[in-house]
Amino acid sequence: MFKYFEPNKIFSVTSKAPKYVLLLFIIIFSIGLTEALIFSPEDYKQSHSVRIMYVHVPAAWISLGIFSTMTILSIFGYIFKIKNFFLISKSLAPSGFVFNVIALVTGSIWGKPTWGTWWAWDARITSMLILALFYLIYLIAWRIYDEKEQVYKITTIITILGIINVPIIKYSVDWWNTLHQPASINILSKSTIHSSMLAPLLIMTAAFALFSLLIFLMKYNTELIKIKNKGLDRL
Amino acid sequence: MYGRKVKLRFFFIFLIALTLSFTIFLILKSLEENVVFFKSPSEIKTLSEMQNKKIRVGGMVKTDSISIVNKELNFVITDFKNEINVVYSGLIPNLFEEGKGVVAEGYLNDENFFSATKILAKHDENYMPPEVKAALEEK
Repeated sequence: MFKYFEPNKIFSVTSKAPKYVLLLFIIIFSIGLTEALIFSPEDYKQSHSVRIMYVHVPAAWISLGIFSTMTILSIFGYIFKIKNFFLISKSLAPSGFVFNVIALVTGSIWGKPTWGTWWAWDARITSMLILALFYLIYLIAWRIYDEKEQVYKITTIITILGIINVPIIKYSVDWWNTLHQPASINILSKSTIHSSMLAPLLIMTAAFALFSLLIFLMKYNTELIKIKNKGLDRL
Repeated sequence: MYGRKVKLRFFFIFLIALTLSFTIFLILKSLEENVVFFKSPSEIKTLSEMQNKKIRVGGMVKTDSISIVNKELNFVITDFKNEINVVYSGLIPNLFEEGKGVVAEGYLNDENFFSATKILAKHDENYMPPEVKAALEEK
């Protein structure tokens, strides 16, 4: 099914998609921003600085989600020799990296008024920094190696190394004493975030996911065009 | 269904992932002492020797324990089993409050007294509007 990779067929769909995704993103993002900045209540303890959370948490979720997706794609791509999966993975990486950096920066801005420090070497924050480094290594690897087979193998190894860090990020706040608070949103037990704050958080997550999709489509289209014009096939 | 090479590649990736996970797990396990951001008062009590190193103690600020004597802030950090007295002078974060989480960085005088050089407030996982908090307290 995946063996017959036809850039032309895929491109006929992905080249039209961005404008619709952009439109949807603008709508959802405006709703999310007004909800998060105007209509949602302030927190009983942090007051207005809680609004940073509506950017911080979705950004962190998306960056973790993208890295996990990249790993699964790379592993399947390696085992079944599916070239397309590597291209998808490569096109996903930049938005994952950007959201990772956004999560770190907004966390730092929130940490100063709340904790009293910009940065702390606690397990959650440090492991998130390590993920950013893995993203960086992954992106650089694609630039260094020109030979296709080589770059597929190397990026697969990088994602496997990096994916071990993902559960560490998730559970760091439960396994060790950290300055970072434990998760407020739980699937199995009761969430400790009020519904009036959960709604804008979920809308912002949807908006960020759409933004990643948009950036992904643009990157992916570029990759397909490069393949079509074989001479330009330098990444 | 799949060729021998495919199966071999699957097994290869599986072994790499397994080995790496074990390695990382063992490294983290042995470094646990350094991975934790702070120690609880109970862990301070079980320290075999007094260290002159800078350490962090974390827990709840005991209710009705904050007092200011000679421009020095005194309070008690508790984990509801053991307690430790903290002396500090300097800036405190806005969220520093009785009954809330705190992390103090500094030096141990003895197992009951700690002189802090920095105070960090620890926020918990509860997010709610002030009205909801007031309603909860009324209950």
